[in-house]
Amino acid sequence: MTSNKSKELLLEMKNIHIDGFSDERWHKILKGVDLTLYRGEILGLIGESGAGKSTMGKAAMGYTQPGCKIIKGEINFNGIDLAKLTEFEKRKIWGTKISYVAQSAAASFNPAHRLMDQTISAANRLKLNPTDALKKDAVQLYESLQLPDAENIGDRYPHQVSGGQLQRIMTAMAMSPRPELIIFDEPTTALDVTTQVEVLSAMRSIVDKFNTAAIYITHDLAVVAQMADRIKVLRYGEEVEEAETRDMLSNPKEEYTKSLWSVRSLIKPEETNEDYILSIKNIDAAYGSSKVLHNVSIDIPKGKTVAIVGESGSGKSTTARVITGLLPQIKGEIIFDGKKLSPKLEQRSKEELRKIQIIFQMPDTAMNPRQTVDEIIGRPIEFYQGIKGKEREAKVIELLKMIELDETFLDRLPSELSGGQKQRICIARALAANPDLIICDEVTSALDQIVQEGILKLLQKLQKELGVTYIFITHDIATVKAISDEIVVMYQGEVVEQGLKSKILNPPHPDYTELLLSSVPEMNPDWLTNLLNKRSS
Amino acid sequence: MLRLTLGLVTVFAFSVIIFSTFSFLPGDFATEILGQSATKSAVKALRAELGLDKPPVTRYFDWLGNVFQGDFGSSFSGRSKVQGDQGDRSREVVGLIIPRLKNTLFLTGVAAMLAIPLSLILGISAALYRNSYYDRSATGVSLVTVSSPEFFTAYIFILLLATLFPVFPTISTVDETTTLVERFYRTALPVFTLTLITMGHMMRMTRSAIINILSSEYIEMAKLSGASRYEVVVKHALPNAWAPISQVIAINLAYMLIGSVVVEYVFNYQGIGRLMVGSVYNRDLPVVQACALIFASTYVILNLIADLIGIISNPRLLYPK
Repeated sequence: MTSNKSKELLLEMKNIHIDGFSDERWHKILKGVDLTLYRGEILGLIGESGAGKSTMGKAAMGYTQPGCKIIKGEINFNGIDLAKLTEFEKRKIWGTKISYVAQSAAASFNPAHRLMDQTISAANRLKLNPTDALKKDAVQLYESLQLPDAENIGDRYPHQVSGGQLQRIMTAMAMSPRPELIIFDEPTTALDVTTQVEVLSAMRSIVDKFNTAAIYITHDLAVVAQMADRIKVLRYGEEVEEAETRDMLSNPKEEYTKSLWSVRSLIKPEETNEDYILSIKNIDAAYGSSKVLHNVSIDIPKGKTVAIVGESGSGKSTTARVITGLLPQIKGEIIFDGKKLSPKLEQRSKEELRKIQIIFQMPDTAMNPRQTVDEIIGRPIEFYQGIKGKEREAKVIELLKMIELDETFLDRLPSELSGGQKQRICIARALAANPDLIICDEVTSALDQIVQEGILKLLQKLQKELGVTYIFITHDIATVKAISDEIVVMYQGEVVEQGLKSKILNPPHPDYTELLLSSVPEMNPDWLTNLLNKRSS
Repeated sequence: MLRLTLGLVTVFAFSVIIFSTFSFLPGDFATEILGQSATKSAVKALRAELGLDKPPVTRYFDWLGNVFQGDFGSSFSGRSKVQGDQGDRSREVVGLIIPRLKNTLFLTGVAAMLAIPLSLILGISAALYRNSYYDRSATGVSLVTVSSPEFFTAYIFILLLATLFPVFPTISTVDETTTLVERFYRTALPVFTLTLITMGHMMRMTRSAIINILSSEYIEMAKLSGASRYEVVVKHALPNAWAPISQVIAINLAYMLIGSVVVEYVFNYQGIGRLMVGSVYNRDLPVVQACALIFASTYVILNLIADLIGIISNPRLLYPK
């Protein structure tokens, strides 16, 4: 973050054009993007999915994914044009001069080898140092990344350590041959916020320590603000704008850049009432012999939105499974609309099933890829309400209009829809049953910021019109602020607290809520530094 | 441990099936050996002597009890038709089967030692040079060999290597006096046949198991850390492919053993397959049951070994969290 870095050019990419082959034709992924990077500098590359930021990051190594090719452009790294090198020559640079840190550490480590062997493999291949010295160095790297038991953690296999630890070990792996450039490709996207803070600070300090240049790819502006000296915004394979981090945050020039944090500005005024549509009381639930919910009690006010927040493994999705009857509870009861619901799905009446609907995180996998939109939405109409033929079609079109689409979508397959449209169809499918309660399980997590905003606004509009109640499961605090009336905080299968949004989000907090809230990155480049100072004091 | 129990249960279930199948077959040893014109009393007497008159359930448990003690009973054939003069020419099933089993194991063992390494090498190299002409011709040819029935493959070999170019003998008769070198020479054609019919499957599965893994993220990561193509396939993909590969090898070894029934017949080899076919023909129940039980147990044991390899090669199963 120091401004007086020597301005020695390390990487210069000029007019990069990359095409990708999918759906049986070639698409343009990058349309002439330039990039310059100086030694010891960190450049943030930001954009939504499909913006070409990952492709750009990999192109900086002269690598393209299978099915992609570089059409045009120069990639000058230390004066060598990587685009002109053969595979064999590039391999001498990969992993040693330029290394790569991938998004999903869990999937990017080879499950069959020990972590230490993988950490030093690139450096070992070149015989830069004797193996023993490399191992010693790796242990030191583990230590400076604040990994627990740095001495022995390398003897473990990837499945034996946590996701946040794996991500730090991958950073150690990238650092082991002391490269001149590291590409970080969404390294914290798959992590919980509280883990993200640790990983970010570890990565930042080690990059600082060795004065390594880096390209940091993410879709999260608040995260990149903590890491980068400069930020470049990409959209549709083209550059939108580039500026120093502080300038970009205080004074974004393009409309598009501003819209990137639009969800964060969406805030819903809270309301509540004492008329509960659903109360779950003292629920215990388990998968096999491992108990995951301990004495969970939650009340859901009618016509309002309750957000359940927590990290992965906190039991929030399990709670949803218990409510829907997919996972019968061991203990406790569920009162819905004044009546007790039987734990098992098979014992609930059709009417009870109709009243509770669920929308899933991944619209891609939640829809049958061989069914058209008409069939997907029409099925629950026919099943629950017995409406057929012309009437059914009219109803489907009415629902499509409600989700701001139209009848031209009737014959489309899920593969012909964008991510946001797919999630809208899933919402329509839930609405088709005319439910009283909709459980939204991370419905916006897989979507881009702007699309998220659209979906959240739609859900709010539908609530106003239809008076439907939402249980909104999420790990994203910005989404919670945008949509909820009440908040339930869960941690390790227990409810930490429940209450009005204003009460939960404002101090005083229980310890865990405090940790969770303070870990949410803010749009302030000094946020991470301040937070770390505060936590260490 | 659970797998072991399951394996034992499978063998048990199989023994019931074997036993009942042969009980339902029309005709039995007594009618078969005494011929059409035999008097009813003669048939009855022979049945009583062989224990065929007892109810099937009793016979099953008698048999099972003896099997547990390593006694598979005595062969029906070769026994004297005159009462009181028994035992002289009748042979113990165990004594009958062991030499034949040794012969079959020799045949399939040699074929396996040829087929497994060859198909691994071919499969790995096909994955290494995916979509090259080499890969395409290897997978194409293997499809042909897998699809051909073993007797057809056997006759092609006879035509090529015994008739047109008389290199190897067509008859693979061996006995205790045959030397090892001579044995290799005589069994060359059946070994080739067994190798060819199983290799295609193993090679194709090895190739696709590796290619499957080549699309995972850690392979891209390995490439980006500068690993060469060879290193990617052999060091990064192969260790994760052992489980599916060992499964398909187990299936093919079992198939070899069972496929040897046909091959032994074609080449007139004194193996357990030929023995079994002959015994079915004679309704020689104790021998058939013993053979079938051996086949079934081999199958179960081979699968157990494959599972074991799958566990050992996977650190996630070997080292708990």
